[in-house]
Amino acid sequence: MHSRTFPLLLALSFYATSAQAQTDNDALWMPAKNLCGGIIYQHSQWNHYWEGTRFRENLNIGTVTSNAVMAMASYGIHENLNAIVMLPWMKNQASAGTLIGQQGIQDLSVALKQYLIGKKLWGKYNLNLATVAGMSTPLTNYVADYLPLSIGMHSTNGYVRAIADVERNKWYATVTASYILRSNVRIDRAAYYTTEMNYSNVVNMPSVATMLLRIGYRRSADHYVELLTERMETIGGFDIRRNDMPFLSNNMDALRMGLAGKWALGSGGVSIMGSGMYTLAGRNMGRSTMLSLGAVYQTDFTKKTIKN
Amino acid sequence: MNKHILTFAALALALTSCVRDQEPFSLDFPMLQPQNADTGAGSWKPILLGKPDDVAVAAPIAISAADYKLELHEITERQQNRTGKDEALLSYWGAGTVLRWNELLRELVAKYNLPTVANPDGTYPIPSSANPLAYPAFPFANPPYAARAYAYVSAAQYDALVSANFYRQKYRRPVPSQNLNSIVELIPVSGAYSYPSDDITAAGAAVAMMKLLFPGEQAYLEAKLDECINTMILSGTCTRSDALAGEKLGRDVAVKFISRARTDRAGAAVGTPADWKKLESDAINRGEIPWFSREIPERPPMLPLFGKVKGFLMDSLEMVNGRPVPPPSTNSDQFRKELAEVKSYSKNATREHFRIVHFWGDGVGTYTPPGHWNAIACEDFVREHFSEVRWARNLALLNMSMMDAAICCWDAKYFYFSPRPSQIDPEIKTLTGLPNFPAYTSGHSTFSGAAATLLGHIVPSRASTYNAMASEASLSRLYGAIHYRSDIEVGMSMGKMIGSKAVLRAQSDGAE
Repeated sequence: MHSRTFPLLLALSFYATSAQAQTDNDALWMPAKNLCGGIIYQHSQWNHYWEGTRFRENLNIGTVTSNAVMAMASYGIHENLNAIVMLPWMKNQASAGTLIGQQGIQDLSVALKQYLIGKKLWGKYNLNLATVAGMSTPLTNYVADYLPLSIGMHSTNGYVRAIADVERNKWYATVTASYILRSNVRIDRAAYYTTEMNYSNVVNMPSVATMLLRIGYRRSADHYVELLTERMETIGGFDIRRNDMPFLSNNMDALRMGLAGKWALGSGGVSIMGSGMYTLAGRNMGRSTMLSLGAVYQTDFTKKTIKN
Repeated sequence: MNKHILTFAALALALTSCVRDQEPFSLDFPMLQPQNADTGAGSWKPILLGKPDDVAVAAPIAISAADYKLELHEITERQQNRTGKDEALLSYWGAGTVLRWNELLRELVAKYNLPTVANPDGTYPIPSSANPLAYPAFPFANPPYAARAYAYVSAAQYDALVSANFYRQKYRRPVPSQNLNSIVELIPVSGAYSYPSDDITAAGAAVAMMKLLFPGEQAYLEAKLDECINTMILSGTCTRSDALAGEKLGRDVAVKFISRARTDRAGAAVGTPADWKKLESDAINRGEIPWFSREIPERPPMLPLFGKVKGFLMDSLEMVNGRPVPPPSTNSDQFRKELAEVKSYSKNATREHFRIVHFWGDGVGTYTPPGHWNAIACEDFVREHFSEVRWARNLALLNMSMMDAAICCWDAKYFYFSPRPSQIDPEIKTLTGLPNFPAYTSGHSTFSGAAATLLGHIVPSRASTYNAMASEASLSRLYGAIHYRSDIEVGMSMGKMIGSKAVLRAQSDGAE
């Protein structure tokens, strides 16, 4: 079972953006006519955040907790092309203050992953390259302009991603670079202040670039453990003012590190995957700790039997 | 590379970008071409000035004078050499100076409408006008502060423009294009005379008032004034001496408003720890549960003595006599019923309720509810093609009514010191930030009742729309679970009463 799909839950940005470990970020894929489906639970929380570059706590928000359950499916259209679909449901709340929490279905994302090259470099080194193109769009009319408790940004995103994976003797390193273009967002207000007054309910969302580096040991596509570090950078946007609320088009940056792994349970097609990530540095975001745990199941329609 | 992925990538990015590239607009208004020049406005009743010529304006130099001819040549030369940037400024300021200064004021309110961060010892620093740039920046432009700011700026502009109209009819200096054929009017000219310039009179009054209200913005405001003056001279609607006479008149009239502002008791509205304690003990002595701050650490209540500020439309006796009846006692069945209603809105919040609550929220970091009503008014006034003096008069009436609404509402809030629903029942979660002051009466309702009443008089065709908006703004506070029904209903009727005082003034100021 190859595909390990986790979303780039960009919508979680303020508190838990998670270019999670096992995503449509890796250079592995599903064989043709294989289908993989799964459920992943994700938890994130923070009690400090960066207001611009100032690191602070806010006793009137306390700890912001986000819990999400995500359905995902990945399918091998043919040997070199995978389709990946994800849909999260999410619930956010704050431990202090009076603001009501939010919950609901967030954004549907659909991506295609294309295998480009797989070849041997200098003897024992294997190089794999892949590209991903994807889109996500909100499925419900959730409240976006309600950070840090909104469940998403409510933008429609288009993204492209390049993946390079080098392997030697089961040790590997993967680099992933992504660029996410985000649509304007319509909010419920008639005007809003950024660094100036905007007499509009339309918010321009700056683009986002991410870079993800993973180093790990891979016994097989279903058995691995890896260390990862991620840099997310919003290209543009503005800083939260002193003691103001966060806003959709803030300049949100983060640097995170974590650990991830996947373990196949026997040869029945079921795998368990999990990850933990911690935010080391950031800007206009929460210093979140994120944990995820999921189970995926893979079937092979060509053989009508379960293939590992 | 596989063509599927290329196609999909192209599609994904193209679809995203096509809903991305439109810019948030900064109100794209047409140039102001008044339907009526209101040349008789010099006889309209001013607010603080006793007579329109209370402030002297020196006679202009003759149009035959060499210096004046130089001023005319300044215009033609600049018109011949104008740039794309000049064109943008012409279309910006050409929409109306009263309008644009109102927008600039709203922007400063939003910029300064942020509560302070607590000190390490749990107290809160209080912004100081003597040191406006150090943290916490002065002012904290919260709703009462903002209501007062909008009122003073509009009222000073109105008096200055009444005076400017008086002097224009007195001195009768023809507009520049009458004196030099080669001058083109790049902004429509209103009336036959230009000394002193009404646009720059309004700008001068606004700058002088806003420097008092936002002392950290001196350089920004003076730069905007220079931009306004230079654009108006370029436009051919006034010469430099027309502009400078207007600027001086505006500033001189503003002096009267500034001295009133310094003694209107707003400076003491923050109160002292002893005042705060007394409000609490008074409520306890009446057998009621007193309001307390739900912030951590507890934040002193917002401007508890603002109810003692000197209003524009009502004197303090009228205000005390107009004070609403007490809210339902926290021990009463009525109170429990209203509390249950709030809780049900909190528990059953719909998306539509969120929309309403957030549309009217106008909380931290915004131009406040009075600013929202200014935005609503301005969009409609643009369609009415008012003269500058009528713009100023209508905004002055609107903003004086909302300042008086703030005073009456804050008086009631601190006279009764009633707790918010979520204080009594912490299970009540709110759809918007919980304001840090007592519940009864609702500020949004009072502002909206006053604004809708006055605006319905100014633009009668929109009266029912304004009332519907006010009603929605008022209900938004109940839907948001931060106010009881009594707060919003009594606030609304109090607001309408105050709005009708502004209507009475409108009917008798000579402009109708």
